[in-house]
Amino acid sequence: MAKMKVRKNFQQARWNEPMIYELSTPGLRGIIPPVVEDEIEAAAGDVASALPEGLKRKTSLDLPEVAQKQILQHYIHLSQETMGSNLSNDISEGTCTMKYNPRLCETLIGNPGFADVHPDQEPETVQGILEIYYEFEQMLKQVSGMDKFSLQPGGGNHAVYTAASVIRAYHEANGEAEQRDEIITTIFSHPCDAACPATAGYKVITIWPDENGMPDYNAIKAAANEHTAAIFMTNPEDIGIYNVHADKIVEAIHGVGGLCFYDQANANAFLGVARAKEAGFDMCHFNVHKTFGTPHGGEGPACGAFGCKEELARFLPVPTVEFDGNKYYLDYDKPESIGRVRQYIGQSAVVLKAYAWSRMMGAEGMRECAEISVLNNNYMLNIMEKIPGVTHAFQGNGITRQEQIRYSFQELKEKYGVGSDDMNCRMGDYGIPWFWSSHHPWVIPEPMTLEPCESYTKEDIEEYCKVVEIVAGEAAENPELLKNAPYHTGMHRRVEEEDLDNPDKWAVTWRAYKRKAGVE
Amino acid sequence: MKRLGFIVNPVAGIGGKVGLKGSDGAAILKKALELGAVRESGRKALITMKALKEIEDELIIYTWPGEMGEDVCREAGLSVTVLGSITPGHTTPEDTIRAAGQMKELKLDLILFVGGDGTARNILDAVGTEAVVLGIPAGCKIHSGVYALNPKTAGNLMKEFVQGKVKETKLCEVMDIDEDLFRQGIVSARLYGYLRIPNESRMVQNLKSGRGFSESASIEMLSNYVANEMEKDVLYIVGTGSTTASIMEKLHLPNTLLGVDLVYNRRLVASDCTERELLETIKHYDKVKIIVTVIGGQGYVFGRGNQQISAEVIKRVGKENIIIAASKNKILALFGGSLHVDTGNEEVNHMLCGYYRVIVGYGEAMMLPMTD
Amino acid sequence: MSGKQFVHPYIPNSEPAVKRQMLDAVGMKSVEDIYEAIPEHLRFQGKMDMPEPIISEYSCQRHVEGLLKKNRNAKNNICFLGGGTWNHYVPSVVDTIMERDEFLTCYVGEAYTDHGKFQALFESSSMLADLTGFEACNTPTYDWANAIAIAARMASRANGRKELLVAGNMDPDRLLVVRNYCKPEIKVETIAYDKATGLMDLEDLKSKISDKTSCVYFENPIYIGALEIHAAEICRIAKDAGAYSMVGADPTSLGVMEAPAAYGADFAVGDLQPLGMHMSYGGGLGGFICTKDDKEFLGEYPSLLFGVCKTQQEGEYGFGEVYYERTSYASREKGKDFIGTTTALHGIGAAVYMALMGPQGFRELGEGILQRVAYSKEELKKIPGVTIPVSGYSYCDFMVDFSGTGMTVKEINKALLEYDIIGGKDMSEVFPEYGQSALYSVTEVHTKEDLQALFDALKEICA
Repeated sequence: MAKMKVRKNFQQARWNEPMIYELSTPGLRGIIPPVVEDEIEAAAGDVASALPEGLKRKTSLDLPEVAQKQILQHYIHLSQETMGSNLSNDISEGTCTMKYNPRLCETLIGNPGFADVHPDQEPETVQGILEIYYEFEQMLKQVSGMDKFSLQPGGGNHAVYTAASVIRAYHEANGEAEQRDEIITTIFSHPCDAACPATAGYKVITIWPDENGMPDYNAIKAAANEHTAAIFMTNPEDIGIYNVHADKIVEAIHGVGGLCFYDQANANAFLGVARAKEAGFDMCHFNVHKTFGTPHGGEGPACGAFGCKEELARFLPVPTVEFDGNKYYLDYDKPESIGRVRQYIGQSAVVLKAYAWSRMMGAEGMRECAEISVLNNNYMLNIMEKIPGVTHAFQGNGITRQEQIRYSFQELKEKYGVGSDDMNCRMGDYGIPWFWSSHHPWVIPEPMTLEPCESYTKEDIEEYCKVVEIVAGEAAENPELLKNAPYHTGMHRRVEEEDLDNPDKWAVTWRAYKRKAGVE
Repeated sequence: MKRLGFIVNPVAGIGGKVGLKGSDGAAILKKALELGAVRESGRKALITMKALKEIEDELIIYTWPGEMGEDVCREAGLSVTVLGSITPGHTTPEDTIRAAGQMKELKLDLILFVGGDGTARNILDAVGTEAVVLGIPAGCKIHSGVYALNPKTAGNLMKEFVQGKVKETKLCEVMDIDEDLFRQGIVSARLYGYLRIPNESRMVQNLKSGRGFSESASIEMLSNYVANEMEKDVLYIVGTGSTTASIMEKLHLPNTLLGVDLVYNRRLVASDCTERELLETIKHYDKVKIIVTVIGGQGYVFGRGNQQISAEVIKRVGKENIIIAASKNKILALFGGSLHVDTGNEEVNHMLCGYYRVIVGYGEAMMLPMTD
Repeated sequence: MSGKQFVHPYIPNSEPAVKRQMLDAVGMKSVEDIYEAIPEHLRFQGKMDMPEPIISEYSCQRHVEGLLKKNRNAKNNICFLGGGTWNHYVPSVVDTIMERDEFLTCYVGEAYTDHGKFQALFESSSMLADLTGFEACNTPTYDWANAIAIAARMASRANGRKELLVAGNMDPDRLLVVRNYCKPEIKVETIAYDKATGLMDLEDLKSKISDKTSCVYFENPIYIGALEIHAAEICRIAKDAGAYSMVGADPTSLGVMEAPAAYGADFAVGDLQPLGMHMSYGGGLGGFICTKDDKEFLGEYPSLLFGVCKTQQEGEYGFGEVYYERTSYASREKGKDFIGTTTALHGIGAAVYMALMGPQGFRELGEGILQRVAYSKEELKKIPGVTIPVSGYSYCDFMVDFSGTGMTVKEINKALLEYDIIGGKDMSEVFPEYGQSALYSVTEVHTKEDLQALFDALKEICA
């Protein structure tokens, strides 16, 4: 068996890296663009100088001037001050399924047969990538039980926004768009389930959980009426409790003429186990960059796959990818389509990687991912709940947790004045990436949401728990240690944070910083 | 460097232990002492002040002599500037008022006081909303929202305030019950006004899901919404409190903070109405709605601080015409609990039970159950 | 799985002994004990119908490479498509940095453990702001189209007006995104343009602008292959009407073209793809939004804004989110926005690209492209039946009208494939007034031989 090791002497790279601008020496450069041939130059003349005055750049261009090695070095340094999940114990990101991102997939997207393909090429010339889109969609249909998918949305939230757009189109088609102006969601669903419908112009009604941590069914019944456009809900919600009323809730919403959207950001633990279809949902989405093994890229590129039942397919964004038995083609013929939510047909690189991952897994492999994820989570909970000062949401309600848990450091906060953020800062000193607390507002106080998906070993889980235990112990012994942490990561504790809220001092660009800080 | 004021009501809470339900009034106090009550408030405050000892370098403390603050500070090892004068063993509410008033004049950053609802009312009389205050709970009656959870959390919050980590403030209710009625077994909490306390709502960076809102932004949004959604030809009974006051502000109408106002077609019909006036007026309107907020920390919608909107008024207006609006933070503080009514009429209380959409933002509501 | 039992390399705890140990620790017989919490009728009873797994990475690579082989690409063809995704050279340094697992696989940690990511994105915003002439720039959004849409809603919230005027010569696909995103709050209307010059019809702008107009959006370079010489005037007209102006710009053009801020724009938006992202069948996009550094604008950004701040270590650049509680949220009525995972990695890649290019690189890139385009237009005109329907200068993209050849763009493009040339985008349906026109794009990757190959092929095809 592998050895469990806590990184007591961890030190993240800390290069004290200057800004790229501070590396600048006039006259230096990082690269030379291809030089125009003499013949072209002779024929065309100095076009840039001939441009009309108003179009010609007169403003100085203050970009840094740096030689290539120093640029490469600078950005490698910055990368080393960043904790990607492929190099760290990133059980930290509950709700985000930080799983292993196979290197093979990165090799694949570098293939010129993909990297150098233009999205406006005629379908005849891109049959390979269209096949990948089509086949990946077939797999998603199996995972969800839905009839049709769009891979156009650029992320999970974007897919949820697409759902809101489709819902609006559906009610418009029924002449009920004005009347149905309310969306119901639940407090432990991802906040985008409220924010995206609000962006699309809906009023939002939020449901609290019942005493077991499941959305209060009676409250949903009370909220649903002729104004209900749809319900947006996650299941399990972000606290890892499977909602056993899911189908009853769907029935209640359908009963008043509303639609049901299933936010499946948390799908990883249910691949082949439970699906949108069986619970009766009309729509769902997957975060392709979570569930299907593609990297998060520090917040994208990503892909939100939006799926729906046949009767809603006519509202999907254009184009969709179709197969006529002979060749793959793009279908723009959707007069009732919501239009587009993104240019082209989406984040193709993410789709390609997810396709490769899914093919390597197959149905059984996906199911294995699911099973090991929930096992990992329960194994972790078993250790975590024994750590003094650590509790979790709806503890002791007798319901077995699924893929993630929302823990709480409220006890530490009350006893020693250190909370979730202090724990987070200090855990960084043991090489643990910043953990996900929970979305605002903190319903569960001083939260920490963990999701140990299938990529982590038993020892990874044990190491993580041990670090929590050590740091919680430090909180009791020496709270100040936590309040001034971290000491061994790429950055120290911020001071004078109020400057970030002060228009005279904040700076989101170097130009602004130079002006305000008086730097030359 | 922060300048703090510290006031102890040495007799706060003294009635509780001997079953007197409050300590207001000289006769009660005397009775309490005769019954063997012990002055405990100073002891509670000591926990808070010891926490402040850790950051002594970052603050200057002003207090009143002896049992009104000086003793506790000295015991905690804090050096202080002592103001005013008292008769030891015979402090009165007027001493509290004078102390707070003096500290307001000195423009201190915060006044920390130890006591109960009666003490909070004294502080309110002296400073209004002009000074930032925080209560350390030591009284028998804690209906007001101006207190920290306990002396320990008060200490933590003070540290964060002194270190500039908590900057925002919010208005919280000063509530008190009529002690005479209370001793006869009748609970009748009144809303006396608002004090300004530090708002610990944690505006921590939360990159994944977007930002939260401060208390003031939250109230701003919900009151804009309620004002915008007001219907034509409907008489609105606008209840008490700072949340409903903010709605009136959006309508550009004068408002009675502690009273009930009437609005029709965005014009003020009557101010500070009594129950009788309400009953009289609503007769003349076809459609009437009630706008109320949640008063105090226990989730009361009716029967605390807005008794004017009586059982009879509610019955006539109808359950379906009640609009409840409250800040998200206030609602979330009730997490796991429910809304409450106490109209004094069991039938009406029962009729009011069920789920309500509480407006918490612009076009945002939360479903909450109401129980009696 | 082919009858063989194996522990999947990506699922370590599936090893039977480990799994058993873990189950024992939690007192369970099998994972079914966990799934029991899901009622039977909500469980999926069947087995997902999927192709058999490809269990070795090598086989998977062969399989995918086999599929990708079916795609024509710009390496084994000469590609003249542009108009939103461009065929630019991607420096190896950019690829190297974007492939670093640290950046590639991180997510939304705080600056304490992801300091490098924050600095890289801060630098990216800084350099984009240098190009556009502004002092504020967001972390990336999905693409250019979403950048327009988000900025339009920012503008509407800031001035409380509910109408967006957009140049009719913009990319219709981008417009589709904008239209959907502006629903139901903001009305979108197009402004006419002059067919011969491709420029905005200022009279039409003046007739449509009013005190309801929140913002005027136009592109420069223009989608249909012109440079908007009235840019300053459009911004002035907008300003006079109390509206904002927004420019969609190709950032690579800004080494030679004037910065939008300099001619009076309030917003500059565009795409990161030309800044070092591979075309990747549309997977290279990433939107940016630049504005002045005013509360008025910063208060409306829905996206993250990373700012510099101090830390306990003197001299260290700390980072955090600026204007955390964008307070204007308090006063606004409607029109919320959501945030989420977008295209941060492309922001980092763009930072590397911009640093590599520097002021000289961008200037030379721009000069070279202007020359190649001017040259190409002149040469194409010489082909019988071929005309350039939009006059004036162009940057990268320009229209070529084949109406005179009697052939459709479709036919020509099909024929060009025989020469291993991917022709320009067929515009005959989206801009029918230009007849059988195609949108061609020429960049720094096109050599004289590449261009000559196009001219020769067209001469033969159109003959």
